[in-house]
Amino acid sequence: MKPGVIILNIGAALVALLVLSPLLWMVAVSLMATGEASTFPPPILPHAPTFEHYRTLFVDYGIGRYLLNSALLASLATILALLFTLPAGYAFAKLRFRGRERVFQALVAALVIPGQIGMLPLFLLLKSMGLVNSYAGALVPWLAGIFGIFLVRQYALSIPEEMIEAGRVDGASEWQIFTRIVLPTLRPVIVTLALFVFLGSWNDFIWPLIVLSDQSLYTLPVALAALSREHVQDNELMMAGSVVTTMPVLILFLALQRYYLGGLTAGSVKG
Amino acid sequence: MSALTSRERTAWSFVAPALIAIGLFFALPTIAALFLSLTDFDIYAVADLRNLRFVGLGNYTSLFARPLFWQALGTTMWFVVFGVPATVIASLAAALLLNAKTLRWKPLWRLALFAPFVTTLVATAVVWRYLLHTRYGLINYALGSVGIAPVDWLGSPHAAIPAILIFVVWKTFGYNMIIFLTALQTTSADLYEAARIDGAGWWTQFRHVTLPAIGPTLLLVSILSIAGFFQIFAEPYVMTLGGPAQSTVTVLYFMFEEGFKWWNLGTASAVAVILFVLILIVTLIQLRLTREKSDA
Repeated sequence: MKPGVIILNIGAALVALLVLSPLLWMVAVSLMATGEASTFPPPILPHAPTFEHYRTLFVDYGIGRYLLNSALLASLATILALLFTLPAGYAFAKLRFRGRERVFQALVAALVIPGQIGMLPLFLLLKSMGLVNSYAGALVPWLAGIFGIFLVRQYALSIPEEMIEAGRVDGASEWQIFTRIVLPTLRPVIVTLALFVFLGSWNDFIWPLIVLSDQSLYTLPVALAALSREHVQDNELMMAGSVVTTMPVLILFLALQRYYLGGLTAGSVKG
Repeated sequence: MSALTSRERTAWSFVAPALIAIGLFFALPTIAALFLSLTDFDIYAVADLRNLRFVGLGNYTSLFARPLFWQALGTTMWFVVFGVPATVIASLAAALLLNAKTLRWKPLWRLALFAPFVTTLVATAVVWRYLLHTRYGLINYALGSVGIAPVDWLGSPHAAIPAILIFVVWKTFGYNMIIFLTALQTTSADLYEAARIDGAGWWTQFRHVTLPAIGPTLLLVSILSIAGFFQIFAEPYVMTLGGPAQSTVTVLYFMFEEGFKWWNLGTASAVAVILFVLILIVTLIQLRLTREKSDA
């Protein structure tokens, strides 16, 4: 190998290590004994790895409850988003109806409006419906996913017209065609969208912070933020809490990265 | 207008649930924010709507008279003005590195550089608060090893914004990197070949082949980044609580406190509307500048 090539490869490895080092250190410190991380120079690896902080989190602070809340909300958000988005995205791509183009253009234009603008009235609306401080209230924003419709439509455009027409000739209804013929071909974009919504819901902070005031309903990020205010000095405990919060989505991403990265470019470049 | 055909009715049944949800939970609240910003909606109105009064532009004029609002606006502008170029440069550099022909194990490096983007913001903010710790943090330790005195990152009004900026760039650059990478991969190899034959060096190739080819992507990434940096909230909420001396209170943080701490929902809605208008203006300016540049 040429020296330039070797330098380039070592450089890439160093950059990758630098970028990953906060996450690696998070794991290392979470395994250190209490107080070990508050010494100078900062220890890189735990002297004697211990799981005591994870025990404390689950036994004394009931983080299992928040883990369950996060998992439940993210799963429900994913299912609901798919139910609402898939038929709509397909219809905007393949079904003909008056006003289709105009409605779709309006949706794309609305993509530039940040969700935070309507957050306060949405809170009041949900309050009047009695949905504040409930799982339902936390799930509502995931029903109105314009980006998901856009993503599904982009993918559905490539479904051959003959396939749908063949179903019609056989006498299948439009919904039968959708569930039996179209959905199987949409599989990759379904996985992508499910992954986006699951990760988005899991990582979301400001909306659950606003809408869930009862501690037993907290999601992991909300609980972790509250915990980190009380335990500023307990570095090892906080790192363990961060591992519990972020590891599930990091693993999920690693397992399905192909779908995630593929969807990222499909949604942004083609548009 | 003639009646819907049965085929059209079926088609509408596909889109209706999503459109109703978007109308009810997105469009209606967005429009309502405009109206709310013209009222004195506060804790008394939350209790009883009869206490609600129309105040015209009163919320806006009183906002413009508040120093903290201007400070929050200024802080947010710092984030945008420094954060957007920083994240664009970092992500483009990373994409160029990953696109190098002689680089091995590309998928591995791509995954490593992208990983921070999918992590939970609150969790990594907690991690970075510790990384940036004045005495025990890894960052000051690394700086100390090259002879730089410890910086009180999150405790000094001058260092807190740069500290949060470094964290945000670390957290988000992977996303832009993937978008740049896709654009780079679709740039024709013939163009580079022609440039090389003309004797163009690395920099000349970058300026005259790469940059023009990724121009539209550059615009897209900047617009997305601008919107992102305008909406910074969780980072100061977790890392600094808006301090020290309220130096990291952003516009969204200000809105959150105003709305959900003090229940001044009218004022908070005015902040939301101002934030939206700002994002829109900056985006439109950017689109305009790019168009002028490409026309020239």
